[in-house]
Amino acid sequence: MTHPEPETTPVLALEGVSKSFGAVRALRGVSLRLYAGEAHALAGENGAGKSTLIKALAGVHRPDTGTVLLDGEPVEFHGPADARDAGVAVIYQEPTLFPDLSVAENIFMGRQPRRALGRVDHASVRRATADLFARLGVDLDPDQPARGLSIADQQLVEIAKALSFDARVLIMDEPTAALTGSEVARLFGVVRTLREQGAAVLFISHRLEEIFQLCQRVTTLRDGAWIASEPLDGLTEDDLVRRMVGRDLAELYPKQDTRTGEVALSVRRLTREGVFTDVSFDVRRGEIVGLAGLVGAGRSEVARAVFGVDRFDGGEVEVLGTRLKPGAPSLAMAAGLALVPEDRRAQGLVMDMSIERNIGLTGFADTTRAGLMNRKAERSRSVDWAVRLQVKYARLGDVVGTLSGGNQQKVVLAKWLATAPQVLIVDEPTRGIDVGTKAEVHRLLSALAAEGVAVLMISSDLPEILGMADRVLVMHEGRLSAELTRAEATEESVMAAATGRTNQGSAA
Amino acid sequence: MTVTATPVREEAVPEPAAGRRLIDKVFKARELAVAAVLLVMLGATQLSNTEFLSEQGIKDLLLNATILVLVATGQAVVVITRNVDLSVGSVLGISAFAAGTYLQDGGSSLIAILLAVALGALFGALNGALVSLGKVPALVVTLGTLYIVRGIDSIWVGSQQITADDLPNGFVDFGHDGIWVVPYLALLALAVLAAVGYYLRSYRSGREMYALGSSPEAATLAGVPVRKRIMTAYVLCGALAGLAGALYLARFGNVDSATGSGYELTVVSAVVVGGVAFTGGSGSVYGAALGALLLTSINSVLPAIGVSSVWVTAINGILLLLAIAVDRILALRVAAVLRKQAAQLRSARHA
Amino acid sequence: MPELTKNSAVPELTKHSALARFGGAVRWDSAVGALLLVLLICSFSFVDNFGNALNLSFLIGNTLPIALIALPMTMLVISGEVDLSVGSTAGLSGAVMGALWNAGMAIETIIPICLLLGVVCGLVNGLLVTRLGLPSLAVTIGTMAAYRGIAQIVLGSDSVTDFPTQYLDFGAGRIGDTFIPYALFPFLVLLAIAVVVLHATPTGRSLFAIGASEEAARFSGIRVKRLKLSMFVTTGVLSALTGVFWALHYASARYDNATGLELSVIAAVLLGGIDFDGGKGTLGGAIAGVFLLGTLQNAMSLQNVSAQSQIVVTGVLLVISVLGPRIGRQVAQARARRRTAAAPPPQAAPST
Repeated sequence: MTHPEPETTPVLALEGVSKSFGAVRALRGVSLRLYAGEAHALAGENGAGKSTLIKALAGVHRPDTGTVLLDGEPVEFHGPADARDAGVAVIYQEPTLFPDLSVAENIFMGRQPRRALGRVDHASVRRATADLFARLGVDLDPDQPARGLSIADQQLVEIAKALSFDARVLIMDEPTAALTGSEVARLFGVVRTLREQGAAVLFISHRLEEIFQLCQRVTTLRDGAWIASEPLDGLTEDDLVRRMVGRDLAELYPKQDTRTGEVALSVRRLTREGVFTDVSFDVRRGEIVGLAGLVGAGRSEVARAVFGVDRFDGGEVEVLGTRLKPGAPSLAMAAGLALVPEDRRAQGLVMDMSIERNIGLTGFADTTRAGLMNRKAERSRSVDWAVRLQVKYARLGDVVGTLSGGNQQKVVLAKWLATAPQVLIVDEPTRGIDVGTKAEVHRLLSALAAEGVAVLMISSDLPEILGMADRVLVMHEGRLSAELTRAEATEESVMAAATGRTNQGSAA
Repeated sequence: MTVTATPVREEAVPEPAAGRRLIDKVFKARELAVAAVLLVMLGATQLSNTEFLSEQGIKDLLLNATILVLVATGQAVVVITRNVDLSVGSVLGISAFAAGTYLQDGGSSLIAILLAVALGALFGALNGALVSLGKVPALVVTLGTLYIVRGIDSIWVGSQQITADDLPNGFVDFGHDGIWVVPYLALLALAVLAAVGYYLRSYRSGREMYALGSSPEAATLAGVPVRKRIMTAYVLCGALAGLAGALYLARFGNVDSATGSGYELTVVSAVVVGGVAFTGGSGSVYGAALGALLLTSINSVLPAIGVSSVWVTAINGILLLLAIAVDRILALRVAAVLRKQAAQLRSARHA
Repeated sequence: MPELTKNSAVPELTKHSALARFGGAVRWDSAVGALLLVLLICSFSFVDNFGNALNLSFLIGNTLPIALIALPMTMLVISGEVDLSVGSTAGLSGAVMGALWNAGMAIETIIPICLLLGVVCGLVNGLLVTRLGLPSLAVTIGTMAAYRGIAQIVLGSDSVTDFPTQYLDFGAGRIGDTFIPYALFPFLVLLAIAVVVLHATPTGRSLFAIGASEEAARFSGIRVKRLKLSMFVTTGVLSALTGVFWALHYASARYDNATGLELSVIAAVLLGGIDFDGGKGTLGGAIAGVFLLGTLQNAMSLQNVSAQSQIVVTGVLLVISVLGPRIGRQVAQARARRRTAAAPPPQAAPST
């Protein structure tokens, strides 16, 4: 069965849409057509512009140029409410719920059924919610507050919300990232039903097999530009990856062979109640160890605890033989540990501060004399590292927030490499940056390992893990579920361990 | 409350419903806890001083609470939207004086009250406009309008004073009399409280105020007209401060340029003690009213049990600190419980 | 060398930030400084009796309490917190001073005790904020009432005035016939220390980072809680010191000394360009804001402008000082958006 471009008018479409944020051009002349009864996949690497495109469809961002077409007619969404009223439902990667309100209220906020005199009919809100949950096969209590729901449950509430207003267009931004296999299956069942009832679906996922399972058509973006829109029939996963990446994978993952040395980071039975349990592993000098797993499996939490940003309840961490005090990042830094955090905008950088000051934040010991800042030393330290990592900037005094994502990430790396770390933990080092910079970051990590630095790399990007890591650790629901050698690690074996399906490899 | 839907999940493990019910309880219990403290306090005072809850005693308690209850109700609405209004004391003062001046010149009581309400609403609209359009921190803006309104009030009033003699008898009587032990003022405050409480619970716009206080980002995405709702909250708060000003005039019959100064802190204390969190989205106006009743009752209790009134300020402050500290500790406990249950759920799935 | 790293692929960025620099050339704190200068010149020229030494010494002496507390308050607000209990701490310190003096204690013992009390007051605020994670606004509204209440319990409605003459002279007097009050010297020393700490030490850098993004600061290995706690303690000590100075300057220790001082301090600091959201501002700007308000009040009093009108002016200035920069920023952003929208699309990404 083939899917030629349908003759009908698309329900919702973008034509030649561009959108910039400051100097960053997130979308450049992108077109996309969503047809009734069809599930459309949006493919592209992190930072390709998928989220911006969704926000343009949802009325959150207004395009700088180009038009949004609803049933073939140009429309202008002045806000999310306009898009919603037009029948566009969006499920964001991060659920956006009101933690203090009940699940039922969350679903019907602003659209509650009313009784006489415009009063909200709480009983029918509750009943309608219970009905929705029954349709979804979910056993959530409509009265419970959203605070404390797991991400998967929050996702389900968002889906119920979309169902509640019989959306004509359902947009889902990585809804499966935090779901288990059975939850994904149930979600897909619901989506298929909706599609058969005539809804248009736009689906984003990093798991290519899900795209092939669910969708009929795919649009690929790369660096904010439109690459292709085509039926999925006849495409292979490799074809899709090539369109997304635009080059050979080998070039993107320039992993050098290195000799591994002594153990540099040793984590023993690390536990934080309710977050992760009994995590033990070693990272040796010269080695890049990948830490894979689904979002919410506890990978970043382990990194934060090791570095001391979070406390842990049990276990111990040693860096080059020095036992670290829990909850003390400054001591961890002194012991030779560095953490490039997951969220560079909130955790990695002070966005309102200059490049120079940001890099300077980790180096007070080197840039003070008699307790006073030595501005010259601070400046030369920052210039040195900014130039070494080829950060593209106009002036060192420019605010970090004006740089592009890739350059921001280089500033974070500069900030930490300037401390001459012996053990480097990088959490999602290439999330949301362009392909060129991605390759640069990979080259850098590889070179660092070659110099004898122990690297622990957390990534949700499976090809990155497979391409860069000497050894792969996999976490599932707060525990290490597998440790795989470079030879053992394949997409299948890692995903199996990450979803807890089987116990492949040797458990740690 | 039981889990209603039929469990379809394959992983038929105990749901962490107990934890969620615990949250529910903690938040619903807040009003109960304040009420209990209030009753115990009043009861104990009555035991040590049998005169305390006499007919006149109860009447005084209610009269004293009326004005604070009104202002706290308005403030609670603003705090629920994750904002604050520090100018309420100044607005109360200027409205009281406006109503007094009008009555002094022989105006009718009803129009005087409406005048005070309208003036309050006007200042509320000014605050709302600055906060919602200027996107400036509410604390700073309302600190500014606290000064401005107080200054205008002082210039206008100068060294004048309005006393009960200047006011029509009917108006003054309205401030004192009542049905049995319940003063008219208290009835009015109760009616306002019930109306605002019902509005917040049963109207879309009321629910949206909770929503935007709970998560402003999510509210924008859900299409809540954020600016409009913030504006409404401030106008309501200002109008209630104005009404409180008119009632202040009726109750005390005495207004000068310092009327209501420093009141904002008492109001904020009452609201927070009553369980309306500064972080927005939670609490109720009933809680705020109970908080107000508790604070004003302390003022009456201390002299009744022979404690000097110099203790009042310190006790109010410490009560406020206790309230927020206990809230926080409970919230941390609940979070820990939820985390543990999530972990148990996971290990149950593993098994 | 920045020139070397300029890349042809980012001309847009360069132009953009050049414009931003141009727009930001008139910094808020410099503007407030200039405004203070203009006000001083006008006052000297047009306000009778403003320029005589006695009046100037009054101006400085009356502004000193606000200026003293503004030093730590600036740092606290830059780190994203606020302390509303400063006026009450000063009042409590004055009340304890009066009570102990009445009890016959030597003033040399009393003053250190008062400062220690300031440490305790600051610790209570700081611990509630850093250990329990409570918002400083709520905590310090509570302690504001609590400290004032304790002051009332300690001293009742007494007022103590009979402190030793040499101390009263120090608090209220000036050097010879000059305009310089004695108390100005200790303040200048403290000011110098504060400027150095905020603008030339790792501590200052860390405060800015914490205020701009507490999480990023934590991930950079900055000891956020410890720093915040020490800032609250410093604020407590300087508030207590101000309470002692207040009692001596006005020769009266009462429980309600320095009531409302917190609002004046915050108004002055915000007027001086300290961002209430944290992370932005300079101590110079804050002090300029303090003296701008002080001078304005003094000049207005000499012009027989009523104290009430002065309150209105303070309020209006406060609202303008927070509204002005934001509106400016919004206008600038709107302009930048229009510019990028109008800009021609750049060449395709460099191929590899």
